[in-house]
Formats: sequence, structure tokens, C-alpha cells
Amino acid sequence: MSDSAKNAVRPILDTVENAAATPDEVQPFAELGLKEDEYSRIRDLLGRRPTAAELAMYSVMWSEHCSYKSSKVHLRKFGEGVTERMKEHLLVGIGENAGVVDIGQGWAVTFKVESHNHPSFVEPYQGAATGVGGIVRDIISMGARPVAVMDQLRFGAVDHPDTARVVHGVVSGVGGYGNCLGLPNIGGELVFDSSYQGNPLVNALCLGVLRHEDIHLANASGVGNKVILFGARTGGDGIGGASILASETFEDGVPAKRPSVQVGDPFMEKVLIECCLELFAAGVVEGIQDLGAAGISCATSELASNGDGGMHVWLDDVLLRDPTLNAGEILMSESQERMMAVVRPEKLDEFMAIAAKWDVESSVIGEVNDSGRLTIDHHGQRIVDVDPKTVAHEGPVYHRPYARPVWQDELNRNSISTADGVINFKRPATAAELRETALKLLASPNLASKSWVTDQYDRFVQGNTAGAQPDDAGIIRVDESTGLGVALATDANGRYAKLDPRTGAQLALAEAYRNVAMSGATPMAVTDCLNFGTPEHPDSMWQLVEAIEGLADACLSLEVPVTGGNVSLYNTTGELGLPDSSIHPTPVVGVLGVIDDVRTAIPSGFTESGLTVVQLGVTRGELDGSAWADVVHSHLGGVPPIVDLDAEAKLASLMQQARSAELIAGAHDLSEGGLIQGLFEAMLRRDVGADIDLIDIVERDAVSAFEALFSESTARAIVTVPDERAEQLRELAEEIGVPAVVIGRTNANAKLRIADYFDVTVEEARTAFEGTLPRIFG
Amino acid sequence: MSDLKSARIGVITFPGTLDDRDAARAVRIAGAEAVSLWHADTDLQGVDAVVVPGGFSYGDYLRAGAISRFAPAMSAVVDAAKGGLPVLGICNGFQILTETHLLPGSMIKNNHLHFICREQNLIVENNQTAWTNQYEQGQTITVPLKNQDGQFVADQRTLDELEAEGRVVFRYSGGNPNGSRNDIAGISNERGNVVGLMPHPEHAVEVGFGPELTGSQTGTDGLAFFHSVLAHLVAA
Repeated sequence: MSDSAKNAVRPILDTVENAAATPDEVQPFAELGLKEDEYSRIRDLLGRRPTAAELAMYSVMWSEHCSYKSSKVHLRKFGEGVTERMKEHLLVGIGENAGVVDIGQGWAVTFKVESHNHPSFVEPYQGAATGVGGIVRDIISMGARPVAVMDQLRFGAVDHPDTARVVHGVVSGVGGYGNCLGLPNIGGELVFDSSYQGNPLVNALCLGVLRHEDIHLANASGVGNKVILFGARTGGDGIGGASILASETFEDGVPAKRPSVQVGDPFMEKVLIECCLELFAAGVVEGIQDLGAAGISCATSELASNGDGGMHVWLDDVLLRDPTLNAGEILMSESQERMMAVVRPEKLDEFMAIAAKWDVESSVIGEVNDSGRLTIDHHGQRIVDVDPKTVAHEGPVYHRPYARPVWQDELNRNSISTADGVINFKRPATAAELRETALKLLASPNLASKSWVTDQYDRFVQGNTAGAQPDDAGIIRVDESTGLGVALATDANGRYAKLDPRTGAQLALAEAYRNVAMSGATPMAVTDCLNFGTPEHPDSMWQLVEAIEGLADACLSLEVPVTGGNVSLYNTTGELGLPDSSIHPTPVVGVLGVIDDVRTAIPSGFTESGLTVVQLGVTRGELDGSAWADVVHSHLGGVPPIVDLDAEAKLASLMQQARSAELIAGAHDLSEGGLIQGLFEAMLRRDVGADIDLIDIVERDAVSAFEALFSESTARAIVTVPDERAEQLRELAEEIGVPAVVIGRTNANAKLRIADYFDVTVEEARTAFEGTLPRIFG
Repeated sequence: MSDLKSARIGVITFPGTLDDRDAARAVRIAGAEAVSLWHADTDLQGVDAVVVPGGFSYGDYLRAGAISRFAPAMSAVVDAAKGGLPVLGICNGFQILTETHLLPGSMIKNNHLHFICREQNLIVENNQTAWTNQYEQGQTITVPLKNQDGQFVADQRTLDELEAEGRVVFRYSGGNPNGSRNDIAGISNERGNVVGLMPHPEHAVEVGFGPELTGSQTGTDGLAFFHSVLAHLVAA
């Protein structure tokens, strides 16, 4: 026990003994977010009322965020839908801090996407910054060096007065933290939609690299092993509801109002990364856990629950930033940049020496024992005595009622073009109207260049970035000698998911998979961040269940296992039961692919003049939920594009074989905005134009020129091929079963020409594409 | 020195340094041995040159480089630099060199107040330094730029001196990205053995891992920094 604690006036604590003696004491469980039956269950588990500290631990560990109590029964489908073949490359699957995938040559990668949505609305900078910090610590705790981040951002309408506040804060926060950690930001998503107005989404993904033998797990085993808390000191940030417990244990005069959003210190985290990697390399760490949500409560109970015995903790030995914190607050504090390690006693000195080298403060706060209990003492008194499994892993599990919303059918009937050919909404008819529409879409906030954001992120640091936004996928080299590396892309179209959550989730997977495939990489594994509305209403619960089932099925079909992720519920700000009660369901799906030499990855976009441009895949008249429907008609209705996973797999296979055979010069996937947006983006990548003729698409697929340009049919891409390879590519496509049609040639006059319709110069396109976000956000 | 392979170039790591491993890679690609130096050590291990790399040493919470200048390794670097040791400060390293007064001026927050990451064109204004002798005078090169506090400032007399003495080594071309005085991207000391710049040559040394490959551009314009110092060492 520290001197200051010994000398302090011994406070009146709610001890285990006291709790047993005062069963009728009224406890603020509801204010801490626990339901009455949950509170009763805690009393049953303990055979008495919980102490204040125990109540704090259970309340936070049994929260939706930590326990997944509403989604757990459904998330099991991800685990069930994994075949032996899919497991072949999985070193660590769902359930740990992050999944680990074998990429060959003794290398493994770990990756995960996580949300930090609600804090980012309250305090955008710190919310976003600590979102990055949290996911990075998940990756470190697997034993990996973090090597890249991505961010998936969704904000309210661009012209809403509050949007700029959130955008500036979030982008600076992601950049401020990630840049300072030395992690290249290799891509992400940026979407503006009024459904996110009071509820922006800030998801962050981190990728880590490790050797197979470096995998570390979060468990506390070995009686007598020391439990060390290291990194930043524990302060009063991120406590949220816990401070209401203050009045129970302390006198008046303590600081009462504390920020419920955590404050980040990226410098501390950078030092912590290097310190952890040196600790791992020295072999002094038995088990490790990062401190994120629920802080010490989570770390101690999870480590103990995953281990083979029990754990005792001396809370006085936690190094504090604020000495007035009570036990419940210390246990719940979400102060950032902290880690907990389990270390053999004989390795303790070596551990401390490495931590001291990096100026990282460390303190032994506990010991592994064989009691089967997690016990915590404070000021010499027992304040926690629980079975750690009941805290960490055996929390409540709900089968929440769910039902297709009553408004869903009407939404689906409200198509932008009815089946019998009646066109409800005006389409561009003349060449001039097509041109105007194309440029209007190109300049629209969701299709415009994201450089205003990504230019605030370091994409070069670490020197292994072979691809980054605006490329279809971020590409990171893992092995410098062989060039072995990975490609990563994430996607989610909330508009599609609103129209059909099951299909929407599959479309998110399909697009991320396709983006990774564009580089010629082999898709291997999936992470997901499911952002949905309140689970306590059947509408949003139905969206969640549909999305999970759809995604699990599609993963099985594409043979890419979900390795981990995160669920963010309660993204609901409107009156319940209405179509716009919640955000668009937003299942962010990240796909990781492996590429044996990143230097041979297929470049994004047009690379040079004189190449044949080929469209792969089939165009249908699919315009419901499209960017055109949104930008031109502010319309959302009907059904999303058809998912064709077989076609996606064939397209990916074609890209892999074409890369190996060096057939393709450049590629770009087609998605939001359709072919015309894809052509613009391909041109603007290196200012190489193209002469395009739609006639063969129009004839083969029986679509109009408008549909050929703006439809968002999936499993499509444009590729360029040198003349001498064109026949080989045609044969390969035919053999695999990918429809391919030549649509034109890249040119040397910096102009996109759609024959019979219009021309747009690089200059005009660039002005439209790049002007939008700087004009809005400065 | 006669054998390039035996050249040893130190790269200092401070708490919060980010581009140390990248600088070491650049040294190796150029054909020399990279020696890792720790901020808390005064021993420079007999290296032939030193790179003070980029990052956010000590979080840059005070003023970029203000704490690192007090590192034991920096006192050794300052002494050795005065004796002619070639020293290159990149980004945060440049900021640290100005804090130690090996180089004049200082860097303040970019004029647009944002972090900026982009491929930056630079004009080589002086190819007579230890770190630039393999460039052509007036050559335009492209290397990544990425920083928050990159706006070079100095009083008028210092600026006049730098200009008059040819100590402006690099100037931004194609737009001043941060409001730097006289478009200055990098400068040297009087002797030309100490050079500091905000852009990152160590991120333009490998085809495919630096600036975009377009036209005749290979994305490896930064490599000549490291070849230059080796040539300088051989000549010395």
C-alpha cells in the first residue's frame, strides 16, 4: 500500500462485510443503467447485495457495449458459419481482442474495426482520437506491431449547421492521434446523410503485424504471477455514471462533475506501443490486456475469467492522477493509454527495467491465485469478492423481440422506377442533361474527392504503404525482403441497408471484397462494425438480425471468416417506430486480402494512354438507393441492387489470375455513382483520359445509356489492358465466366469522352471533384 | 573514408520519434550501415553522420523539438556537428536542430492550421552541402511532406543572411504548403554539414512506397540525400 493511502483518513467503505450486513440499503442500479431483473440477478449470484464497487463493475461490464447482451445470440452465427477450410488460416478467431490471420512465411496479421460513435458526437476531437487509441491497443494486446489505421466516418447533412463542428473535430481527432502514433492512414469511408445528424458514426480500424510465435492472449494464469498496470495514470475521465456512487462513500467537497468522454494522449500511446513490443520481445509477458471500456473492471475480470484461477487486487496500488477517486470510479475509469500485464515474479525486474527505459509508469496491483474469485481490497478492506466469470462472460443474454417494421413494405414499394416501366422520377434524356448529371454527382459530397480529409492524415510513415485512398484498397507491405503484404478495404452503404438490411450487409461485404480483389489480392478474412439503432425496439433489432444473418451467410459463401469486430447499438435519436427513428443501419465490413508481393499489385485507375478499357460484369437497370436517386431526387426507396456472390468470387478470381499473368495495367471497381463515376475517378487518378463507347453495354445488357452510366449493379469493374494482352484477358474472363466487354481506350488528351454524348476535360472534372469539401469545410 | 559499405550513419530515437525505422531503411538502401542511437545516450558510437528523424518527440506538446534538444544524445550531436559531422534533421528533426541553434529560425503551426500530407515539389537551391551534392543545382524533386508545425519563420535579418549566403537549400515549388517565409523548405548551417528540412526524403527511396509514379517520376527522389552524404564522406 502506498504511503499516501496509509496516512489518509480511513474512509468509510462499502465493504463486502457491510453489504452482507445491510441487505436493504437502496442502491442506484437504475442510474447505472442496470434493469431491475439484472440487479436481482447480481444479488442472486453474490448471495447478498453488491458493494458499491461491485455494482460499478457489474453495471459497466453488463452494459450493451461490453456484454453484447442484445446481439450475442445472433453474433454466434458468425462463428457457426466457419468451415474447416475457412479456419485453415485463422490463428485466432472471434472472441479475443482481435482475430489473427496466417498470411504465410511465418507472418500473421491482426485487424479489427471498432466504433466510438457516441463520444464523438459529445466531444468530436477526443471521441475520435480515443477511438483510434482504443483500437490500436486492441491490436498491441495481441502481440502485434500496429502498422496502419483506417477510419469509417458518417456525418449529418453537409449543410446542417452542426455538421462542420463534428467533421472538424473528428477529422482532427483521428489525424491528431493517428499521425502522432506513426501509423499510416490508408483509407476509410466518408458519408454525409441526415440520418446521422444527431448520431455521427466514427469507426476506426487498426491493422497489426506479428510473427506466428508472437501471439499474446488476455489470460491470467500461473499462481503467484504478478498483475501489473502500466502506462498512463488512472484519472477521472470516462467515468460517466460512476460518479453518482461518490456520494455513498465520500464526504462532500470532492470534484463532482467529470468529463464522461475520455481524453487521449497519443504520445503516451506511442511510447506504450514501443514499450509493449520490447516487453514481448524480451519474453517477460505471460498475458496482456488493454484497458478500454470499463477500465480496470474489464481488464481484471477478463484476465481472471480467461485464466485458470483467481486474482487479488490491491486498489491502493493503482497510480492515480486524481487522489480523490473512490473505488467504483477507479474500477470504471476509462483513462486512456493503459495496459495490464501478467508477469512471472522472476521476470518482474526485467519488466520494470524495460518500462523504465521508456519512462512508462508501472505498478504491481495484484497477483494471480487459485481462489477462483476476483477479490479487491481498498484501504485494507475487502470491497469486491466475485466470480470473475459472472462479471466478464456470464452477463445477461437477451432474446430481444424483432419484427419487420410496418413501414418497410411501403419503403420497398416506393421505387424510383416501377417494374412496368413507368418512370416516377425524371431521368436525364439529352446528352447535355447526362453531362450535367454526371458532373453534379461527381461534385456531390459523398462522391467528391476525400482529399480534404485524407490530406490531414499521414499515409507515408513506416514506409510500407503501397496503396492508400483514393485507391480501391489500402495496401501494406509486411515483409521487406519478399514484398508479402495485405490489402484492406471497408465498405457499407447505409442507404442500401435501410432498403434491405440483409442484402445491405451482403452488399457491404461484396464491395469491400471487390475493392480488395481489384489489387489482385486474395480476400482472406473479415472484420465488421455493426452500427444500428436501439435493440429495445423491434424495428432496429430486426435490422440487426437481418444484417447479421445476411453477412454470416455471405461470408460462408465467399469463404471469408469474420475474425472479430464490434457492435454499436442505440444509435437512435428520433421517436421510436418511425422510418427515421434511427440511423440508416450501417454494417461496416472490412475485408483483408493477402498479396504475395505488393509491388505487383494492380494499380488503381488509368495508368497511361493507349490501353484498351474493358468493363467486367453485367449492368442492370438498378437505380433504387443509388447516388443518382439521392443527389438528383433526394429519393430513398425500392430495393437495393442484386447481390451476386458467385459473380463477385469469379471477378476476384479473374483479378488474381490476371495479376499473376500480368495482363492488367490498372483497375477500378464500380459502385456508388456507377460507371461514369468510376471512369471519372480512374481518369483523375493520374490525369489519363479515355474514349468510351457505351454501345456494346447498351446492346448486350439491354439498358439505356443513362442506366449504363448511372446504374449501381454490383460485381463490376473497369480494367485496362495493353493491346497485346487483350485477347488473353478475354479468354481468361470467358474461362472463369466473367462477362467482359471492350468499352474504349485510354487517351493522351486528358479528356473523358462518352461517344455520342459528352466530353469532360480532366481540368473540369478535377474542379468538380476536388472543390466540394474544401468549399464546405474550409 | 574510401569504402561506402563501411560508412555508418546514426539515427536517433527519442520518445515519440516516428520515422526512425524509415530513415534507417533509407540509409541501408543507399548502401551504408544504419546505427540506432538512443536519446538518453551521449555515445554516438563513432558514426560518420547522424540523421535526426521525424515524429512527435515528447508529443510536441510544448513546442516542437523544445524538450528533445536537452537529450544527452543531442549535446553530443551539437558538439560533433561543430566539428564537421554531417547531420540531417528531417521534420521534427529539423525542429530539434533549430531548438539546439545548429540551424536558425523556427517552425510554427501551418498557416492553414491543419496537418498536411502531400507529395511536395522542392527546388534544390544549393547542391554544395553534405546532404545535397548528388542533386543538380535548380533540380525539382518530389518528396512527401507531412506535418502540423511546418511554417518556417525567422527574423528578416536571418532570412537575408540565409539568402545571401546560399543557405536556403530547398524551396517549395508548386505552391507554398504552410506559409513558410521565402518558400523555405530546408536550410543549412554556414559550413554545409548540417541540413534541416520539413519534407521527408526518407519516404522517397523505394519505387512504389513513396510518391506516385507518373511519367518519368520514379518516386525515389529522396535517395540522393543519402548518396550525397556517402559521397561527402568518401571525399572527406
